[in-house]
Amino acid sequence: MTKVLASAQDPMFGLFRVIQDDATLDPAYAAHFSDALLERMYREVLRLRVLDERMLVIQRQGRIGFYGEVKGQEATPIATGLALEADDWIFPALREGAAMLVRGFDLSTYIAQCYGNSCDVNKGRQMPSHYSGRAVNQVSWSSCIGPQVPQAVGVAWAMKLQKKPQIAVGFLGDGATSQADFHNAMNFAAVFKVPCVIICQNNHWAISVPSKAQTAAPTFASKAIAYGMPGVRVDGNDVCAVYWAIREAAARARRGEGPTFIESVTYRIGAHSSSDDPSRYRDEAEVQQWRERDPLDRMRRVMSARGLLTEGAHEVLAAQLDDEIKAAIAVVEQGHQPQRESIFEDVYASLPWHLREQREELLATAPAVTHGGATH
Amino acid sequence: MRELRYREALREAMTEEMVRDERVFIMGEEVGHYQGAYKVTEGMLAQFGEKRVMDTPIAEEGFAGIAIGAAMVGLRPIVEFMTWNFSAVAFDQILSNATKLRQMSGGQFTVPIVFRGPNGAARQTAAQHSHAMETFYAQIPGLKVVVPSTAADAKGLMASAIRDDNPVLVLEDERLYGIKGEVPEGEHLVPIGVAAVRRAGTQCTIATWGKMVPVSLEAAELLAAEGVQCEVIDLRSLRPLDHGTVATSVRKTGRLVIVHEAWPYGGPGAELSDRVQRDCFDSLRAPIVRCTGRDASMPYNKKLEELTIPGSATVTQAVRAVMAY
Repeated sequence: MTKVLASAQDPMFGLFRVIQDDATLDPAYAAHFSDALLERMYREVLRLRVLDERMLVIQRQGRIGFYGEVKGQEATPIATGLALEADDWIFPALREGAAMLVRGFDLSTYIAQCYGNSCDVNKGRQMPSHYSGRAVNQVSWSSCIGPQVPQAVGVAWAMKLQKKPQIAVGFLGDGATSQADFHNAMNFAAVFKVPCVIICQNNHWAISVPSKAQTAAPTFASKAIAYGMPGVRVDGNDVCAVYWAIREAAARARRGEGPTFIESVTYRIGAHSSSDDPSRYRDEAEVQQWRERDPLDRMRRVMSARGLLTEGAHEVLAAQLDDEIKAAIAVVEQGHQPQRESIFEDVYASLPWHLREQREELLATAPAVTHGGATH
Repeated sequence: MRELRYREALREAMTEEMVRDERVFIMGEEVGHYQGAYKVTEGMLAQFGEKRVMDTPIAEEGFAGIAIGAAMVGLRPIVEFMTWNFSAVAFDQILSNATKLRQMSGGQFTVPIVFRGPNGAARQTAAQHSHAMETFYAQIPGLKVVVPSTAADAKGLMASAIRDDNPVLVLEDERLYGIKGEVPEGEHLVPIGVAAVRRAGTQCTIATWGKMVPVSLEAAELLAAEGVQCEVIDLRSLRPLDHGTVATSVRKTGRLVIVHEAWPYGGPGAELSDRVQRDCFDSLRAPIVRCTGRDASMPYNKKLEELTIPGSATVTQAVRAVMAY
């Protein structure tokens, strides 16, 4: 049993951390974190923070329809992207899609998934914040809450059957642990002993429902015990801790020792989505407490303590990243509307007669004027 | 030609496809050691081993999701539902995932998968165990839905379903598992989306599927004795729906009776009725009539169950009404 899993000897109450209160790294783990890795972590968390802010602005301007903010929870998606092999499979939930950016997925193509125009690999069919990329083995989560987790287990199982080295990681929130598909995924993963990691981002709120109304168990990690797999509770605002927990769980999976369940304890600083106003159901004082444990601030302090961030460098980098993001948005906004007959593509592997008939009907009508650009 | 039972024909198709393509495997409740609740998978565990004939925990939604994941990365799962009634538990995985992943991802991800099992009433299995589920599934773009009524089609449609790159639902029937029929040896593929004329006739077309095919043929026999020549069409596939074969027949007969076990509200029968009234309006000599299961939950009581499902007597009655119009 490896170190982090040993530290989760108590999934009830243990909390695995690497970044200490004085912004130094726990000496037991410090050797695993080079300056280059720390710089990368810091930069990616900052980029995601800046991206979120920019995307919320354009959502409010009506340029995209919906947006699910990650603010406060950046550590887990960034750590995931850095901890896994490039071809491992990722099934994110609402707030982990950005893992694919860390794995080199093009920023403008990523943003295009919120526009659904000709730059979008999903061809305008999937709602924002449901990011997919075949190029990086990432499959969109299901809006119905939970179904992506058994699918991740299925992928892991297929890897095992085919003796392939890849593992799969499936995400869910604390709310989704009430779903049957959480049970399905946990049970099948353990019974079939598949190479996967199931990660619950416990951000304390499922829209307006607090986590204590979601379960009577002392922690989410403790649920792993009953399924017969290790459960790990990790400080979800500590990028280094999440990174190391995933590294070890992934290594364990790759060694054929089966699945691991990780509870990443974090907090949703922002709203559930652009359609939500959290001030109606939660206390600002609680939010403030968690702001003080902000994953970006903690990473920034680590960087300063190591002498990797000079005075004013943070602001300069934030501005530079925002410029990159604005440039990427400008590229996406050059895109055009998808061709209207594309509605019928990808319904089936090939176009059946009845869809050919409907396509002809559609093309026989005059092109409608659609919002935001030319029609085709 | 040699004869096989319907369940043996299904098994032969699955076995031949598993020999042909090592990516194909079957999973479900009791499919392995127990040989299948209806013995459709009998002997398959011994032939292929536990990695390709997989017994699963009792969790339809769970193993549907697992199989969808496996299908996304290159395997070709056959998922057995002990009966289609239980697929209701897995409905979200079929409706929102298997069916939509290809389209939602812009074709980046595909789900070549077969879901199969017995559909409709068995014998006195009551309200929760007698659903004719085709009405729900035939509605969904992205799915294909086939309903074999003969042993030969059981093999041919199953083989085509396994080779198809889309999610395909094979709706079998517990009451048909034991029937015998001639089945070609070796590769036998029945194209999905092509109906079969089971009996030629000139005066009234009966369009039907699944268990209602033998019921309709029995009715046609009775009607022939009364001098009414019915043409009986087995749709075989409900999505895509071969309304062309039905339209050709209706242009000849001028009359259409649609027979199905599912509830009357909506469904493939209503869909077919809509197509035929549009395509054959000038040929129709009588209103299209649907002879369906009653609009109530299936009773356990044997007599009441018989009254709820269409039988040859109710079909002949419907045809007589159309003829008398």
